[in-house]
Amino acid sequence: MSTVKLTVNGKAVAVDVEDRTLLVQLLRDHLNLTGTHVGCDTSQCGACVVHMDGKAVKSCTMLAGQADGANITTIEGIAKGDELHPMQAAFRDNHGLQCGYCTPGMIMSAIDIVHRHGGQLDETTVRQELEGNICRCTGYHNIVKAVLDAAGRMKVSQAAE
Amino acid sequence: MGVEGIGARVVRKEDKRFITGKGRYVDDIKLLGMTHAHFIRSPHAHAKVKGIDSSAALKMPGVVAVLTGQQIVDDKVGNLICGWAITSKDGSPMKMGAWPAMAPETVRFVGQAVAVVIADSKNLARDAAEAVVVDYEELPAVADVHAAIKSGAPQLHPEAPGNQVYDWVIGDEGATDAAFAKAANVVKLDVTNNRLAPNAMEPRAAIADYDEAEEHFTLYTTSQNPHVARLVLSAFYNIAPEHKLRVIAPDVGGGFGSKIFIYPEEMVALWASKKVGRPVKWTGDRTEAFLTDAHGRDHVTHAEMAFDANNKITGLKVKTYANFGAYMSLFSSSVPTYLYATLLSGQYNIPAIHAEVVGVYTNTTPVDAYRGAGRPEASYLIERLMETAARQLNVDPAALRRSNFITQFPHQTPVIMAYDTGDFNASLDAAMKAIDYAGFAGRKAKAKTEGKLRGIGVSCYIEACGIAPSKAVGSLGAGVGLWESAEVRVNPVGTIEILTGSHSHGQGHETTFCQLVAERLGVPISQVSIVHGDTDKVQFGMGTYGSRSAAVGLTAILKAMEKMESKAKKIAAHALEASEGDIVIENGEFKVAGTDKAIAFPMVALAAYTAHNLPEGMEPGLKESAFYDPSNFTFPAGAYICELEVDPGTGKTSFVNFVAADDFGRLINPMIVEGQVHGGLVQGIGQALLEHAIYDASGQPVTASFMDYAMPRADDVPSFNLSHTTTLCPGNPLGIKGCGEAGAIGASAAVINAITDAIGKNNLEMPATPDRVWRTIHAA
Repeated sequence: MSTVKLTVNGKAVAVDVEDRTLLVQLLRDHLNLTGTHVGCDTSQCGACVVHMDGKAVKSCTMLAGQADGANITTIEGIAKGDELHPMQAAFRDNHGLQCGYCTPGMIMSAIDIVHRHGGQLDETTVRQELEGNICRCTGYHNIVKAVLDAAGRMKVSQAAE
Repeated sequence: MGVEGIGARVVRKEDKRFITGKGRYVDDIKLLGMTHAHFIRSPHAHAKVKGIDSSAALKMPGVVAVLTGQQIVDDKVGNLICGWAITSKDGSPMKMGAWPAMAPETVRFVGQAVAVVIADSKNLARDAAEAVVVDYEELPAVADVHAAIKSGAPQLHPEAPGNQVYDWVIGDEGATDAAFAKAANVVKLDVTNNRLAPNAMEPRAAIADYDEAEEHFTLYTTSQNPHVARLVLSAFYNIAPEHKLRVIAPDVGGGFGSKIFIYPEEMVALWASKKVGRPVKWTGDRTEAFLTDAHGRDHVTHAEMAFDANNKITGLKVKTYANFGAYMSLFSSSVPTYLYATLLSGQYNIPAIHAEVVGVYTNTTPVDAYRGAGRPEASYLIERLMETAARQLNVDPAALRRSNFITQFPHQTPVIMAYDTGDFNASLDAAMKAIDYAGFAGRKAKAKTEGKLRGIGVSCYIEACGIAPSKAVGSLGAGVGLWESAEVRVNPVGTIEILTGSHSHGQGHETTFCQLVAERLGVPISQVSIVHGDTDKVQFGMGTYGSRSAAVGLTAILKAMEKMESKAKKIAAHALEASEGDIVIENGEFKVAGTDKAIAFPMVALAAYTAHNLPEGMEPGLKESAFYDPSNFTFPAGAYICELEVDPGTGKTSFVNFVAADDFGRLINPMIVEGQVHGGLVQGIGQALLEHAIYDASGQPVTASFMDYAMPRADDVPSFNLSHTTTLCPGNPLGIKGCGEAGAIGASAAVINAITDAIGKNNLEMPATPDRVWRTIHAA
């Protein structure tokens, strides 16, 4: 057992876990943050994507201990109170989700994609960048639309800040 | 239609919880004292279980129990059933191999459970499973359908000699032979419909909780049809009588058919929770999903189509071998028979059809309904045949289809189905216009100058949805009726709860079903909530599959609404001192037509519950229910055209354009309909280009993770150009046909027709991987 100290969605936490505990297990089983999902166990589907120190990581393929000292943001931590993150709003407005299972990972990856590419996003880039996130419901059409829509909204909200 | 009524693109009510991480899936649920199950699964495709030594595992920390297949047999838990009886052409019933929830003596596919470890945590259960020693005696195995029916092949079940489940026929053989005898041309085609893994993104999971004092079970499970699960678990598996078993299917992360069936894992969890006296949770991992979720498709078919001298189809002969895997899953028997062969007429006038389907056991994962279920296999076969015929007869493929379209409705096909309505020319026109079919030759020539092989492929599909008229399916062997139920509960303050037997696992019922209420009453959808997925709340229901929820489930809601409105109008008329016949419902008010006298709907509801001033003899309350049994299947149809380029140097396919023109009858929410089509198209494209569940000759699965089974990813597929043509379904009052499976049914033929057009060679099997396409291009 080890104590892992980290910040999750702005709150400092210290969790005693078995050394083999994965980050996703710490989030789901110990902190009850069940918005982060497991879809494949092999780092392929991206349902488990969270942000570690601002970058997208697959939480099913890293040990909780590797996140010691890190700042983790999950799907539960991106809205500001009742105000949705622009990416969340864009997924809803563009019908970018159906069963919702891949959605948290998609949204977390998509935010990272927009951050990395800024205003340089086009459909081809979005499709290539989403390579690590699998959705079985939407056929990606509306997810791609949502990401492009959110990229515009995020630029506007950044400019306003 | 109003801003939230029928036909409005209403943003989904259910989305907020999903986009904020507040969805509630089975694995998100924790119960006090909950244990965790880990199954011990066979690594062999076929073997005798000689012994199981769990002594070391039982001594490990946190281990509660190790339970085996023999114990489940000893406790008289029933074998898994197949709910649709098929009769062979010789009159004999289909041959059912016994399928216990865990194998006591013989395992017949890799992944079949032989025992389960119950422990305090998932990791401890997994650790202990490593310490359980199972002594197997390997037996010869067979995975391929043709190898399985050869004499001398390894035999799976003593009940099924020659590994044959059934040999079933449909149609008029004499008339078909006569058509072929007179044919001017005969077109022949051999086609394999590749085996697919359904891969809903949420792996299956179950939590079973036994209450000893009440002798009552609660099961949380990833189900598309919780009431059917309860019925089967009660009536056939002897878990508990229905009133002592509550099944809850909360948020479910996709199904595509794979979550219709009642699997061994939930049976074992229920049985084990009583045995250990604590709740038992099992959550599958992705490899378990590949090994144990019912697969789809897996047909090998030879077909011949006869034409007269005017290129009119005169007959169709089909022989299909369907691989069922090691056991007959819940609805598997119906898929290559009544859901496949009954659609072999496609969109065409075919006077004579004869089809024979041989069902075969192999040492592979069981095969059952997967999005489209039989109809994709039929549509793929017919549309590949039409394309092959056009090439052989040297006519334009669109023109050949057009000259054979059914144009008069209703149309009785030679294979049971009576198409009620449609306009196949309209959808083909719309698709050809959208893709600029006329300009294709110029684009192909230009691509050639750039070193690319460009192709175009048409696919005109038809399917049977709105499953299904109970009497009709009963006469064909179904063990259940396929109606749907609904209940409308109006609360005293006028808010409304709609209870439905349909189940939403991505389809958006919480929004579309509310839109019907908004349309009829003029109340905002925020005043309405949809209740589903819990056998304690909803009395009964048949669940969601076969594109049935709008055509059947929503019609049941409409019927219940009509009853509720009728009573409410009587209350309003009484309050307004008017005649019931003069009351109209507008914008949330009950009005006396042509006057300014009105009473708001919440006041009507309140009057129903205060009961201070109701019409003489009327019962208080405002709650009505209905069961709706459809009179016929519905027949969505459409035309898909795919334009793509093949790089002759690599065999890689790149999409240029993909257009879909569908006729789904009335659309409730076009945004959601388009989403259903997008998703279906990508599953069809996935089958055509990427996906294949592969076994080696010994029955070892080669594709058991996302690292070796190619799921379609965002950069594998294009954006789509969708449109709709409309003929209203005459079979239900809303005119709905259903849209859930169309994409998966029509897309794969369009893709393969386009690739074979591009490369100028007709024979190409799915999935058309770059390697396979390159070899076909360069084959002598």
